Amino acid sequence: MTVLFYICAALAILAALNVIRQRTPVYSALSLIVVLCALALVYLLLGAEFMAVIQVIVYAGAIMVLFVFVIMLLNAGKETSRQRSRLARWLGVPLVTAFLAEILIAVWSQFPPVAASPPPPPDGSPAAIGTLLFRSYVLPFEVTSILILVAVLGAVVLAKKEF
Amino acid sequence: MNLEVLLPLLLLPPLVGAAVNGIYGRRFSQGMVSLIACASAGLSMLVAILVAWTYSTTSTGPAPFSHSYFTWIQAGDLRADVALYYDRLTLVMTLTVTVVAFLIHLYSRGYMEHEGGYYRFFSYLNLFLFMMLTLITAANYPLMFVGWEGVGLCSYLLIGFYFRKQSASDAGKKAFIVTRIGDAGFTVGVALLFWTFKTLDFQTVFARIGELPPGQYAGTLTAIGLAIFLGAAGKSAQLPLYVWLPDAMEGPTPVSALIHAATMVTAGVYLVARSSILYAHAPKALAVVGVVGGLTALFASTIALAQNDLKRMLAYSTISQLGYMFLGCGVGVFAAGIFHLMTHAFFKSLLFLAAGSVMHAMNGELDMRKMGGLRHKLRITHATFFIATLAISGVPMFAGFFSKDEILAGAYEGPLGQTWLYWLGTLTAGLTAFYMFRALCLTFWGKSRVEPETAHHLHESGFKMTGPLLALAFLSIVGGYVSWPRALGGGEAFDRYLEPVFGPAEEALRNAHVHNPEGLSGGALMTFSVLAACIGIGLGIWWYWKSIDTPRKLAQRFAGLHEVLIHKYYIDEFYNWLIVHPIHILSEKFLWRVVDQGAIDGVLVNGAGEVSTEVGGVLRRIQSGNIRSYAAWVLLGAVLWLLYVLVIH
Amino acid sequence: MVPLSHYLALSAILFVLGGAGFIIRRNMISVVMCIELMLNGVNLAFIAFSRFRGNLDGQLFVFFVIVVAAAEAAVGLAIIIAVQRNRDTLDLEDVDSMKL
Repeated sequence: MTVLFYICAALAILAALNVIRQRTPVYSALSLIVVLCALALVYLLLGAEFMAVIQVIVYAGAIMVLFVFVIMLLNAGKETSRQRSRLARWLGVPLVTAFLAEILIAVWSQFPPVAASPPPPPDGSPAAIGTLLFRSYVLPFEVTSILILVAVLGAVVLAKKEF
Repeated sequence: MNLEVLLPLLLLPPLVGAAVNGIYGRRFSQGMVSLIACASAGLSMLVAILVAWTYSTTSTGPAPFSHSYFTWIQAGDLRADVALYYDRLTLVMTLTVTVVAFLIHLYSRGYMEHEGGYYRFFSYLNLFLFMMLTLITAANYPLMFVGWEGVGLCSYLLIGFYFRKQSASDAGKKAFIVTRIGDAGFTVGVALLFWTFKTLDFQTVFARIGELPPGQYAGTLTAIGLAIFLGAAGKSAQLPLYVWLPDAMEGPTPVSALIHAATMVTAGVYLVARSSILYAHAPKALAVVGVVGGLTALFASTIALAQNDLKRMLAYSTISQLGYMFLGCGVGVFAAGIFHLMTHAFFKSLLFLAAGSVMHAMNGELDMRKMGGLRHKLRITHATFFIATLAISGVPMFAGFFSKDEILAGAYEGPLGQTWLYWLGTLTAGLTAFYMFRALCLTFWGKSRVEPETAHHLHESGFKMTGPLLALAFLSIVGGYVSWPRALGGGEAFDRYLEPVFGPAEEALRNAHVHNPEGLSGGALMTFSVLAACIGIGLGIWWYWKSIDTPRKLAQRFAGLHEVLIHKYYIDEFYNWLIVHPIHILSEKFLWRVVDQGAIDGVLVNGAGEVSTEVGGVLRRIQSGNIRSYAAWVLLGAVLWLLYVLVIH
Repeated sequence: MVPLSHYLALSAILFVLGGAGFIIRRNMISVVMCIELMLNGVNLAFIAFSRFRGNLDGQLFVFFVIVVAAAEAAVGLAIIIAVQRNRDTLDLEDVDSMKL
């Protein structure tokens, strides 16, 4: 079981690296899908089966498809490398490494690997999530529905050819 | 009517007059302006007489009267009230000042008729009177200083009255700045006084000084005395701060008469006299006062010998006579100094006013070489001028004789008297007589050297001007009779009158210093001074009456000395080289170029602007419009913040 | 048992990679994809915490994050389309008119 996590982790990381390394947007999109699926597996391992499925259906299945559609629509080609700010070049990698290091240090100090036995895992079934969603979090739920409506309208207006 | 109410009434009319004329005067007619001004001065004079009468008939005798009206300064130990003080010395001073001021106000009605700025003149003149009276009646040093500064201000305003004339406004500035140096001394002295005695009220301070055992605080008191004398020397034009007074003749003649002969310049003498107890306990300082007074008297009279400008000569004569007053105070006969102050106010202001009358007749000309024989056309002016000349020369039976003689007697046998000072004073008396008769001869007697165009204009002045001349002439004769000398069998009433004021000081001095004069009696002394006067008069008349050949030949023979005297010993040039020019250079080359333009404008003002622009220019590049760089900055911020949280927390 | 910190480490790595990619990439669409990567890293952290604390709130939060991410992706892509139509470029370097 634990091995599976590490495999998925490694996969996710490699695919993420690929996302940022690939010049062609289509390849980046595909690598991102791999990341999403790896993460879905990890969610399963963590007992969040509903979320894992949602991840795959919504995120990988709808959002990424949208991305691919747009890439195709706009005929996004290879990225050309033009002038780069020298600051970014020299400061970029150290900065990012520092950032990562800081976060890891924070995490490590707060949650040392030797942990006491964790509480029993929650029930990640749709029923449980549904209960919580429609009881405690019903207001955010309704609001997000309006949010989606607004987003749809906005996307339509923004992408129109002419008014 | 009690004194509490009367004393402010003494001060207020001139202030009100100054305010009314100052604010509304432009719309008034000349008659209205002069009515307000002269009425204010006259009212002050009447109140002064009333106050004097009330004070003299009150049952408390010669004790001083003091009343505090309200607290002006209260800061820790320092307390200065608006409080007025009245004793016999104040009586003498107020009567002298108000009478002379009133007469001069009347005279100015005629004199300033055709000059511009009529209402401005009278406003300033009234303001001056108010300040002078404040100075005299103040009950503590700070209030006195208010009057002190006030008269300095009015002096500046009135000297520079013809402000469009460069020399006049320069003279005003010179007067103010030179007296400022003296004022610094005054302030230091007063500060030391407060530091030592914790009070500045006259009665309290003088009582405390009087109670001191002899010798205590001697050093401090000497320092205070010298510092205060510096202030007096500035205001009363003694060495080395006399240089402003001759230049002050740029002002209208009534100003010269009132301020620079009778009142303001005597403020220094009043200051020293008022602080007599202080000087009695600081005899070294008092000795300095006497010596400086004596030397100034001689010095100024030598310069007066060679002056050709009538008013300038009178100015040096004033400096010389002021020296006499300080000499009197300095040898311990304060009453004699004040006596001379009073008589000098009468005859010197008369001399100036008469000079003004001459100036009017001569269409503005003041060079005595262009005058002569004026007594035929200007009868009253000549007569009064003659009387004043007799008075100042120390001719017996005229006012100046009595007062000058008392001072010389004091120099010989007074507590701090020195024999050489006596001979110095006598010599100066001779010189005074000489140059005054020189002036008289050159101006009024002998052949007329007047230029033809001016000769047409010659006329005696109207009664508005000659009236006051006559009044002052009368005072110049009888003014001295208040103190008939002992040597002639009199009781020296004036001295005895001021005994309550100066008694403690004179007694302290007598106890501490026993001076044994060499045995010339009072009568012998008097004879010497009369002799000196006669020699001076005789020489003056001999040389200058019929023709001016003799002095002219002498001037050619001793050309060098003559030049030095005419140029006033080149003191002004010396001061210019020593003080004025270096300050000018410092101001221009350093303070202006370096400090103002360079440091303040350049570094602070422009520099601040440029730094802002530069920094702004640099910071502007962050806002590049490039989204990726924005993201990078955000990341940087996050990294730094996390660093702070992790490490420092 | 995989300790919590490992999950969080993975989450951190994904987030940092997303952030780095956001700065590095010049294509607008790739940049939006890197944003999605960052969001996913955060989601993982939420789910991990939800597991190790024993309640479902973390997962609920992920639910909402996914919803919002969808909306945001839609609108963002619409904007990119509009920009491409007006400026004929998908390069972030060219979209810099909001500068001083």
